[in-house]
Amino acid sequence: MSSTAAGLAQVGLLIAALAVVYRPFGDYVARVYTGTKHMKVERAIYRTARIDPDSEQRWGTYALAVLGFSFVGVAFLYLLQRFQSLLPFDFDRGSVTPGMAFNTAVSFVTNTNWQSYVPETVLGHTVQMVGLTVQNFVSAAVGLAVAVALVRGFVRDRTDRLGNFWVDMTRGVIRILLPVAFVFAIVLVATGVVMSLKSGVSVDGQEVATAPVASQEAIKELGTNGGGVLNANSAHPFENPNSWSNLIEIFLLLVIPVSLTRTFGTLVGNRKQGYVLLSVMGVLWALMLTVIWWAEANGIRPLEGKELRFGIPGSALFANSTTDTSTGAVNAMHDSFTGLGGGGAMLNILFGEMTPGGVGTGLYSILVMAVIAMFLAGLMVGRTPEYLGKKLGKREVTAAAVSILAMPTVLLIGAGIAAILPGTQAALNNPGEHGLSEILYAYASAANNNGSAFAGITVTNDWFQASLGVCMALGRFVPIIAVLCLAGSLAAQKKVPETAGTLPTTGPLFATLLAGAIVLVAALTFVPALALGPIAEALL
Amino acid sequence: MTVVNNFLKQASAGLRVLLVLTVITGILYPAAVWTVSRIPGLHANAEAVDTTLVGVDREGDQWFHTRPSAATLPASGGSNKGERNADYDAVIAERRTTIAQREGVSEDQVPPDAVTASASGLDPHISPAYAELQVPRVARETGLSEQEVRQLVSASTGGGFTETVNVTELNRSLHTAR
Repeated sequence: MSSTAAGLAQVGLLIAALAVVYRPFGDYVARVYTGTKHMKVERAIYRTARIDPDSEQRWGTYALAVLGFSFVGVAFLYLLQRFQSLLPFDFDRGSVTPGMAFNTAVSFVTNTNWQSYVPETVLGHTVQMVGLTVQNFVSAAVGLAVAVALVRGFVRDRTDRLGNFWVDMTRGVIRILLPVAFVFAIVLVATGVVMSLKSGVSVDGQEVATAPVASQEAIKELGTNGGGVLNANSAHPFENPNSWSNLIEIFLLLVIPVSLTRTFGTLVGNRKQGYVLLSVMGVLWALMLTVIWWAEANGIRPLEGKELRFGIPGSALFANSTTDTSTGAVNAMHDSFTGLGGGGAMLNILFGEMTPGGVGTGLYSILVMAVIAMFLAGLMVGRTPEYLGKKLGKREVTAAAVSILAMPTVLLIGAGIAAILPGTQAALNNPGEHGLSEILYAYASAANNNGSAFAGITVTNDWFQASLGVCMALGRFVPIIAVLCLAGSLAAQKKVPETAGTLPTTGPLFATLLAGAIVLVAALTFVPALALGPIAEALL
Repeated sequence: MTVVNNFLKQASAGLRVLLVLTVITGILYPAAVWTVSRIPGLHANAEAVDTTLVGVDREGDQWFHTRPSAATLPASGGSNKGERNADYDAVIAERRTTIAQREGVSEDQVPPDAVTASASGLDPHISPAYAELQVPRVARETGLSEQEVRQLVSASTGGGFTETVNVTELNRSLHTAR
């Protein structure tokens, strides 16, 4: 099989697998969040936590619950790392330094999974399992909960209640993430992924670190988290041993964000509303895949930083999917990609993680962009815009704008300061415009909660640990608060009936508007910065 | 003040939920996966003892060589060098010269995977072209015939979508054959 044919076969298999599960899985997720019954284990959780699962929250309380839960998550994960030397399975790797522990705690709680540490020498199995794996589950469930709350804002009529965060989050973990992750952890084990509690094995006389990989690998992809159990992430043969495990992992990181468009259509009572979002996501995903694949196939040294068993198509497919979702796992080193290929991966992140985006975050981000697109359309015809039967007034559009602008603001400020700090030069692994790309990519990845990197950059000094940590937190929670505020104000409205003047949001016109808004916002915000980095490199 | 109070109330509920979910997803879940992975026949080698999944280069001309590695063992990792990095061009050129001399061929016969570092630094695979390039030297140094060595190479050749040669496996069968 030629490389191109092999690549097309992988893309075909991936799309076929997603198509098979799209309807049943998307509908299942919808039932999870509309059902009124609680499972036994869920009741036990609510009882232990002293939560009334049948009470509902206003948007402000829902937001405070997200913040409160994330705050204790950061504190718990920070302390686990600081006291690692007291925990079992630490292999004398010692306690994690304060800056690194802070950065890592924020990183995993915000679903970013940016890694400033080298797992094999810094973290033992207890922190990986009891700390990181747990956040892989719950941070993804938080994203799902916020997305569902926003959808309820569109669906509900004249209410101040958005649902119960604890119920939404718990159901996401217990009914969606846990069963799917368990099944696929076993599948990954069967493909050869390692599951060992030892610290390492000797291979032909040299020590290579091992870990309980399979359990964390499954949820790392499924929850669009992306934090590698081992330093080379999904490029490590213990995490991703062959083309089949590779394809399964790509499937896992796409399956929830893609299927959520079906969930959305089902919940709003018009499946076409979901298909139109899926079409926009799919077109941008396919377009960027073509760019990255072509660029990598025509590079100067295409195999640098790639694993031979994946080849160029398998690496491009993974790179495109991990940056289109907010996963950030890598099976090849993006830093060694071509100017255009690496720039394509960066542009995927800069689209704001909605093609299809992360678990839950992708859906709420594209819905926010849909609000912006309808607002722009409303400006053109001089009419108050509506979306899904709700008027988009000043409050709604302001909330949407805050949500969209938070990411570029913290990204450009962070990267701008980093670029002029005297210590930064020494942190870079490549000279010239590629060095600037390393800085830009780091802040893009943090502010969008992606977590992949142009990994040559050394981000262990206090400035990077602190500023990237702050970027991750603001990039996560400012949009979440704005989205929940938007949801609250939508839910309070009365539904307006469709009229002849309503712009239909199920057709190609709306799809074009939405795709245009995604590309335009990113282009207007980032072209100047990109011109100095990847664009300059690609044109040289 | 009510916002602060409400936040503290939510955070304390959050702590209780987090602790319960930590038991379920942080202890029971990995323990269950670990247990199932021990079912005979499901995974040949979950502990990765004598694994052929990873490759580390063996010193000596009697072995097949892996791709260059940028890893600092026991950790994994790539070079992260960009394609316009002139310093790294020099490194690659040097590798090419060394390999060409080692195998007694001209530099343009050295395949690209032989001079570029993998992403993990533990890539066990090389291209069939790089394996073929190494056959005469390995045959000479081990005393096996080129024919025998080629048979071993072909036994270690496989892959799903791309054809690759597993060097770790190949070197072990070479060791047995001698």
